[in-house]
Amino acid sequence: MQLNERHREYWRRNLRMISILLTIWLLVTFVPIYFAPELNEVSFFGWPLAFYMAAQGSLIVFLLLVGYYARAMNRLDREYGVQEDI
Amino acid sequence: MAQGQAAFYRRLKRMYSWYTCGFIIFVLLLALAERIGMSSQWIGYVFMFASIALYAVIGIVSRTADVTEYYVAGRRVPALFNGMATGADWMSAASFIGLAGTLYFGGYQGLAFVLGWTGGYCLVALCLAPYLRKFGEFTIPDFLGARYGGNAARMIGVLAAILASFTYVVAQIYGVGLITSRFVGLEFEVGVFVGLAGILVCSFLGGMRAVTWTQVAQYIILIVAYLLPVVILSTKVTGVPVPQAVYGTVLQKLTETEQTLFASPREREVNALYKARADDFEDKINGLPASLDIERTKVTARLDALKAANAPAKEIAAAEKALKNIPRNEIDARKKWGEARTLAAGKAQPPLAHSVAHAGKDAAESDRKRLNFIALVLCLMIGTASLPHILVRYYTTPSVREARESVFWSLFFIFLLYCTAPAYAVFAKYEVYTNLVGSTISTLPGWVASWGKVGLVKIDDINHDGILQLAELTLNTDVIVLATPEIAGLPYVISGLVAAGGLAAALSTADGLLLTIASAMSHDVYYKVIDPDASSQRRLVISKALLLVVALVAAYTASRKPDHILFMVGLAFSIAASAFFPALVCGVFWKRANKAGAVAGMLAGLGMCLYYASITHPFFGGDIHNAWFGIEPISSGFFGIPFGFVVLVVVSLLTPAPDRTIIGLIDHVRYPKLGGSVHAVESGSRTDR
Repeated sequence: MQLNERHREYWRRNLRMISILLTIWLLVTFVPIYFAPELNEVSFFGWPLAFYMAAQGSLIVFLLLVGYYARAMNRLDREYGVQEDI
Repeated sequence: MAQGQAAFYRRLKRMYSWYTCGFIIFVLLLALAERIGMSSQWIGYVFMFASIALYAVIGIVSRTADVTEYYVAGRRVPALFNGMATGADWMSAASFIGLAGTLYFGGYQGLAFVLGWTGGYCLVALCLAPYLRKFGEFTIPDFLGARYGGNAARMIGVLAAILASFTYVVAQIYGVGLITSRFVGLEFEVGVFVGLAGILVCSFLGGMRAVTWTQVAQYIILIVAYLLPVVILSTKVTGVPVPQAVYGTVLQKLTETEQTLFASPREREVNALYKARADDFEDKINGLPASLDIERTKVTARLDALKAANAPAKEIAAAEKALKNIPRNEIDARKKWGEARTLAAGKAQPPLAHSVAHAGKDAAESDRKRLNFIALVLCLMIGTASLPHILVRYYTTPSVREARESVFWSLFFIFLLYCTAPAYAVFAKYEVYTNLVGSTISTLPGWVASWGKVGLVKIDDINHDGILQLAELTLNTDVIVLATPEIAGLPYVISGLVAAGGLAAALSTADGLLLTIASAMSHDVYYKVIDPDASSQRRLVISKALLLVVALVAAYTASRKPDHILFMVGLAFSIAASAFFPALVCGVFWKRANKAGAVAGMLAGLGMCLYYASITHPFFGGDIHNAWFGIEPISSGFFGIPFGFVVLVVVSLLTPAPDRTIIGLIDHVRYPKLGGSVHAVESGSRTDR
């Protein structure tokens, strides 16, 4: 079927959200790895910071990203009337 | 429908709550039985047979003759339960048993696996899962076949899926053999076939439906088994039962211990002795072939002298063994002495401190380590988002909405294990460094001897002072998780529980993988290409027959104990990432991607990945000196993925754009619901405002 302007807007907003979240994902993963020796000088509740990020911190951010995207998209579906009928 | 699904969800929650309670009561009863005097051998037996019997019951109850039930569990697995099933599907024997050990030895460097195996789920959630669910067919090659019209992309997908999954499934069955032989005392080969039985009872009769519901049950066992020992150990060491939250302070203490330990004179002395031993082997290797004869004469002379002097039988036996162990020829000598030299050289200096990142002799080496860490994390992440046995799980949820939520639950349940593994490593290392190292060798705790018997712990008192120095202790990676219950002084029932957990991890992953391979062959090759008119009954018969064949071949391969299986598993991530990721992502996000581009891109990515591995890994006759930018062969996807993307884009742009039906399909997968009256929606949302 033919897409209308609202459909296209839904997809643009989806793409924008994906790009923002993927940028956060990239930064949170690779910045602590790149600067690991320097960040390890900083202590975070006993952990060296880079070690903490790779062992736990980044993982928590991943969870938040995925959880946020699921909620936001399910809301966006309803806003644009493309949600499934259940 | 919605009401039926809600009732189904409630029933599932009730059933699995009862199941969890029953499981805890079962463990408590066994603990009681151990108090009364049940032998550890029997505890092992009961754990193994009870858990396999349980999986068999679920497998038989879930038998099905319906195609949708068989391939995608009827598409009614609620998000939470699909999350648990994905967790069990994902976490393999290597994650359960090996990861904590890898982190014990690798410290920070090992965390690449923790990051890679979790971060990939962001890509699954953002780029793939919802769209694959909306597409809603049976396999991943199905999507490639529909999106890139025709069978070429589908068949390459089948090839890559089998390539990536088969070695992986062999490794799981191998893991089952190890667990059963260590804990139950079966022969390794017998253990492999017991494991095979455990896998087949789940998947044979009920396909994905049975696999899903056993995987949920297996997840509960494996997570309890993984968390319990380290929670108890943490309570003992720090007084807090949340190891993930408090191991930072233990890590701090460990770092202090490391500094004093590595600098201690005795440790230095042992390092120097190992340095001398490594140099000695180096000289021998350089002196080949003459040095082999000299060595043989020397050992024979010593044996004769001992015999002449009427030395104690023990010394004579040792000398005879030394004579028997002398390499047979020059090639054998190079191999044996080379290994011995590497081992000794590794102990010639203290290990890296646990939390040190990208350490190297000079700036160039530490840059190379940093780059390799980044490459490995990338390959593991993208590989995670490309492995067909994981992606296919998102076909099984009732809706796109639940597919999105289900990725969250998957990551949550996986996170529970992966954020505990580093804690395991730190607690175990702290115990070993503070309580084991420095004690007299004759009074070491019982677990050292019992795991020494199966070759997982070795002690070599090189300076003959009767006291254990760190460098004198050799631990196998697997021993960290397996021996933690004993290190913490827990009863044997906990060790049995850990074994059952490892078994659950291996079986659940093997189930998912086997089903993926069998579906690729029966659904994609047989039904879609060879005989599109096959009746559904015939399709299921073919599928089950193939499942049996693949399982037998995998078990046979595992029983031969292939040496390089771990490397092959690591490579599976790069293979899947290079072959699938560009085609899958462009399939959803770039309408211009066409058949020629996808076929060329998949072949190019896969080809590059395999080519790079073949020139750098000794298994294929390659050499690490051929590496580009010093990238290790396990990360060959670092070149395969971008190459696949570039080829896909270039070839697509040089050939005609896909036709309207394909564009229609892309729009179909992009929106959870398309069609109906858009105007009504628009006016509806306007009144909302």
